[in-house]
Amino acid sequence: MTVRIGWSATAPDFQDAAKVSLGNTQLRHNVKYATDVIRAKRAKVVGEMPDWEQLRQASGDIKAHTMRHLDRYLLQFEENMTRAGGQVHWARDADEANQIVRSLIAQYGGKEIIKVKTMTSDEVQLNRDLEAHGITPYETDLADMILQLSQDKPSHIVVPALHKNRFEVREIFKEKMHLPELGDQPTDLTDAARHYLRQKFLTVKIGFSGANFAVAETGSLVVVESEGNGRMCLTLPDVLISLVGIEKIVPTFQDLEVFLQTLPRSATGERMNPYTSIWTGVTPGDGPHAVHVVLLDNGRTEVHADPIGRQTLHCIRCAACLNACPVYRQTGGHAYGSVYQGPIGAILTPQLQSMEHSQSLPYASSLCGACYEVCPVKINIPEVLIHLRGKVVREKRRHLSGKLDPENLGMQAMTYIFADAKRLEAAQRMARTAQWPFVHKDMITKLPGMLAGWTAARDLRPIPKQSFRQWWRKRERKPNA
Amino acid sequence: MNISLFIAFYNDTLFPETGIAVVHVLERLGQTVDFSRAQTCCGQMHYNSGYQSEALPLMRKFIETFRNAEAVCIPSGSCVAMIREQYPRIAAETGDRKLAAEVNALLPRVYEFTELLVNKLGIEDVGAFYPHRVTYHASCHSLRGLHIGDIPLRLLRNVRGLELVELPEWDQCCGFGGTFAIKNAQTSAAMLADKMKNIISTGAQVCTAGDNSCLMHIFGGLHREQANVKTIHIAEILASTENASIENASTEETSAQKVSTRKGSRA
Amino acid sequence: MPEANSAREEILAHIRSSNPPDNDDTRLIQEWMAIRRPFRRKGQLDPEDRLQLFEDRLNDYGAGVHHAISQTELPPVIAAAIQARGKRKMLVPPEFPQAWLPQTIEVIRDNQLSHDALDQCDGVITGCTLAIALTGTIVLQSGPMEGRRALTLIPDYQVCVVRANQIVEFVPEALEELHAMGTRPITFFSGPSATSDIEMTRIKGVHGPRVLDAIIFT
Repeated sequence: MTVRIGWSATAPDFQDAAKVSLGNTQLRHNVKYATDVIRAKRAKVVGEMPDWEQLRQASGDIKAHTMRHLDRYLLQFEENMTRAGGQVHWARDADEANQIVRSLIAQYGGKEIIKVKTMTSDEVQLNRDLEAHGITPYETDLADMILQLSQDKPSHIVVPALHKNRFEVREIFKEKMHLPELGDQPTDLTDAARHYLRQKFLTVKIGFSGANFAVAETGSLVVVESEGNGRMCLTLPDVLISLVGIEKIVPTFQDLEVFLQTLPRSATGERMNPYTSIWTGVTPGDGPHAVHVVLLDNGRTEVHADPIGRQTLHCIRCAACLNACPVYRQTGGHAYGSVYQGPIGAILTPQLQSMEHSQSLPYASSLCGACYEVCPVKINIPEVLIHLRGKVVREKRRHLSGKLDPENLGMQAMTYIFADAKRLEAAQRMARTAQWPFVHKDMITKLPGMLAGWTAARDLRPIPKQSFRQWWRKRERKPNA
Repeated sequence: MNISLFIAFYNDTLFPETGIAVVHVLERLGQTVDFSRAQTCCGQMHYNSGYQSEALPLMRKFIETFRNAEAVCIPSGSCVAMIREQYPRIAAETGDRKLAAEVNALLPRVYEFTELLVNKLGIEDVGAFYPHRVTYHASCHSLRGLHIGDIPLRLLRNVRGLELVELPEWDQCCGFGGTFAIKNAQTSAAMLADKMKNIISTGAQVCTAGDNSCLMHIFGGLHREQANVKTIHIAEILASTENASIENASTEETSAQKVSTRKGSRA
Repeated sequence: MPEANSAREEILAHIRSSNPPDNDDTRLIQEWMAIRRPFRRKGQLDPEDRLQLFEDRLNDYGAGVHHAISQTELPPVIAAAIQARGKRKMLVPPEFPQAWLPQTIEVIRDNQLSHDALDQCDGVITGCTLAIALTGTIVLQSGPMEGRRALTLIPDYQVCVVRANQIVEFVPEALEELHAMGTRPITFFSGPSATSDIEMTRIKGVHGPRVLDAIIFT
C-alpha cells in the first residue's frame, strides 16, 4: 500500500518554494486581497452569532466522538447506504481508489465523466489516472475548470484559482473554449463557463463527486456548494460515483445542524451557501439510478492512530485557517507543495504520508495561533505543528547526519548552557567578546552560517556590555546605587 | 508583596534595560523584588522547535527555582504562554504525579509583567511619564495564549504625556516566530514588511510591546530601512517618569547605565 | 470480491487498533448523547418577525419577494411574477395543485421529461418543504408539490410558493423536521447560484436557476 497525496512527495521544501511565491507580485496581491475579503466577511457573519463558541465546541466534540468510534460509524454508514440502494467500496490508497473508480466507469461503458470539485480526487490524482486510460474527466467548478484548462495547480482550498486575475482567465477561456471574442468582466467569463458546460451537464452519463459529510445514521451524503455545478453532477447523470475520505463521517442526521451552520460562515463568510444537496442511496425517478461511494483511507488511519495528530481529521475543509494565516497571506498555496495548503495543509500533508515527506511543512508557521482561533471544529493546529516538529526532530536524530545537523548541535549547546546558570553567564561573556568582528558602527548587519537568515533583512543590536544579572549583582553589593 | 523575577535569558543578555525597568516599576509601587541567579531558560525555544525532551529539565529547574515564590513576574508573554500551556502537558507526559502537582501549584503564581500590575496588584496607573507618540503591537502569545486583552493599553493610556495611536492590523503576527525567523527568513521578512508599513503609517515615534522577541525583529527591520521609529519594551515606558525618562529607546547600550545611576523617583 | 473485503477489513482493523478495545454500542450511544448542544435550537421570534426576517434575507440575496394572502390570490400573484420576468412556459411538478396555477401561462406537467425537454422550459413553479428564516433558506425534499430535483435545476427561473407556517427560525429545527420526513433527496436553496472565483467578485448565477421569485403565502 502506498499513500500518495498529490505531488507532495516530490515537492520542494516550503522555504524554497516560498521564495518563488514571494517573488510573484501578482500572486501576493491576489492572495492578500482574497484573504482580506473572506476574513472580513467571516468576521461579520460569525459576529452575528451569539452561540458561535457553543457551535464550535459542539463541532469539535462531535468529530472527536466520531473518531473514537470511527469503525462502527463507517459500518453503519455502509449498511444504511446499501439498504437505500447505494453501493459502498473501500480503498486503502490512491492507486486502489483510482482503480475502483476506473472499473466502475468501465462497467457503465463511460468515456467521459463530469466532476464536481473534490480535493480528495486531486489527492489521489484521479484525473491523471483516468486520462492515461482514455477517460476524459471534465471539471465543472469554475475555478477547477480554469485550473484544468490552464494546466495549473490550486492555490487555495475554497477559492483555488485566486492567483489568477480576470485577464488571465479570459485568455485561458478564449483559447480553450475557442471563442473569437470574450469580454473581461467577471460576468462575461461566468457566462462563457455556463455555456461551455451546459451541454456536458445535460448529456454526460456519469457524474463524480466527493462529499462534505457522510451521515452514518441514514447512509446519506452531503455536498455544500455555491455554483450549482454540484447539483448538476449529482442529479442529471445516470450514474454517480463519490470518493469520500473516511474522516467525513458524522454520526447522525441531527449532527448536520452544527456543521451546516459553521461551514458556510467559516468558508465563504455567508449565513448559508447557495446550494446544499443531501442524497441517500438511489431514489427511483429522481437522479442517478446507480449510486456508488468509494471510502478512502490513503493515510487517514495513520493520522487516526496518533493521539495528538488525530484531531487533524476533524477538518471540514472550510479554509478559514488559510484566510487567517499570516504566512499563507504572503506565500499563497503553491508554496506548500500539496493539494492541502495553509495551516491545515501543514499538518495534514505530512501526517498522511507518515512524516516520510513534506517535513518542511510543520515549520512553515510562526505559531501565531490565528488558525486555531477561527477553526470551526477547534483543531489546535499550533499544538499539532509543535508535535510534528518533535516527530521530525526525533526521526532526524536517529541518524548520525541528523545528530550533526547544525541546528541540532546548536540546540544541544543551548541545553548545556541552560543547565547551569554559571554556564549561561560564561556563555554571555563569551558571546559579548565573540561578537566584535560582526559589529560595525554599533550594529550587527551580517551574521554567518545558520544565522545569516536573520541579517538578510534585519539588523541586530549588539549584546550590551552588562547583562541584567550583572546589574542586579552590582546593585545587591551597593544597595544605594 | 515579594515578587520573584524571571527575566528570560534573552532579556537578560540582550535587553537588560527591560529587566531593570521592571525592577524600578515594582519598587516604585512599593513591592520588594528578588532575582534568583539560578534561573536560566523556560525551554520554549527547544520545545517549539521540536526538541521537546530538552524542555523537561528546564521545566524542573524553573519549578525548583520558584517553588516558594509568592509571585513570579516575567516580562515576556511568550515565556508565560510556554509555562501556562505546555508545562502541564510536559509534566503529564512524565507520569510523575508529584511533578504535575508542583506545576499546578506554581502556575497560578506566574504572571506576565502587565498582568501582574493590573490583575494581581490592581494598578492601572503606575505614575509614568513618557511624552511620545506610541503605537502598541500585541504579540501573538499575549493575545491568543494569555488572552491579555487590553491590559497593556489600559496601562499605556494612564501614562502622562503619552499619545497612543492604534496600530492597523494590530493582531497580525510580526513574523518572528522563534526559529521561524531563520528557517523561513524570506517569509518572515515579508510579514515584517507588512508590520513595518503599518507601524510607519501611524506616525508613531515609538513602537512598544510586551515581548522583546517581537521588538528585536521589528527593530531589526526598522533600523535596516532607516525608518525613524524606535522600539521599546512596555516595561521601560512604565518605568519612565519626569525624573528618569528613557530617551533613547533600545538603541544605546548606555541606557541601562543611565537608568541605574538615577537617584530615585517619585511615584 | 475478496480484494474489496480485504481493503475493508484492513481499514477497519487499523482504526480499531487505535481505539479502546472494549468500545461497544452502549458506550457509543452514551458518548453521543453526552455531547452538549447549548446553542440556539428553537426559535423565539413570533411569526410576523420570523416572516420579516426571512423576507429580509431573500431581499439580501436579490430574490424577488411577492405575497398572497389567500388561495384565490395565488394564481394572479404567480402570474404577475412570471410576466414581470418575461417568462411564459413554466414547468410544474406532477402533483402541484391545479388551483394555484394561473390560466394565463403555458404549464407543462413533469412526467419524467428528458433533460432537453426540461431545458426548453422558461422556468419552474414549486412549493417547498420548509424554509429557514435566519439564513434565508428554502428547502425542497422532492415531495408532491416539489417534484424531482432536476425540475428546479435545469430551468433558469424558479418560482417557489412558501407558506408562512412552513418557516422556522433556526437550522437545528429545520433539520429535525426534515429528518422526520424520510430519506428522499433534500436540496437547500439560499439565494441564486454564485461564485467568487474570479477576483473575489461575487457573481450570481453560474449554473442552476439564476432567478428566484418567492411567493409568500400567508
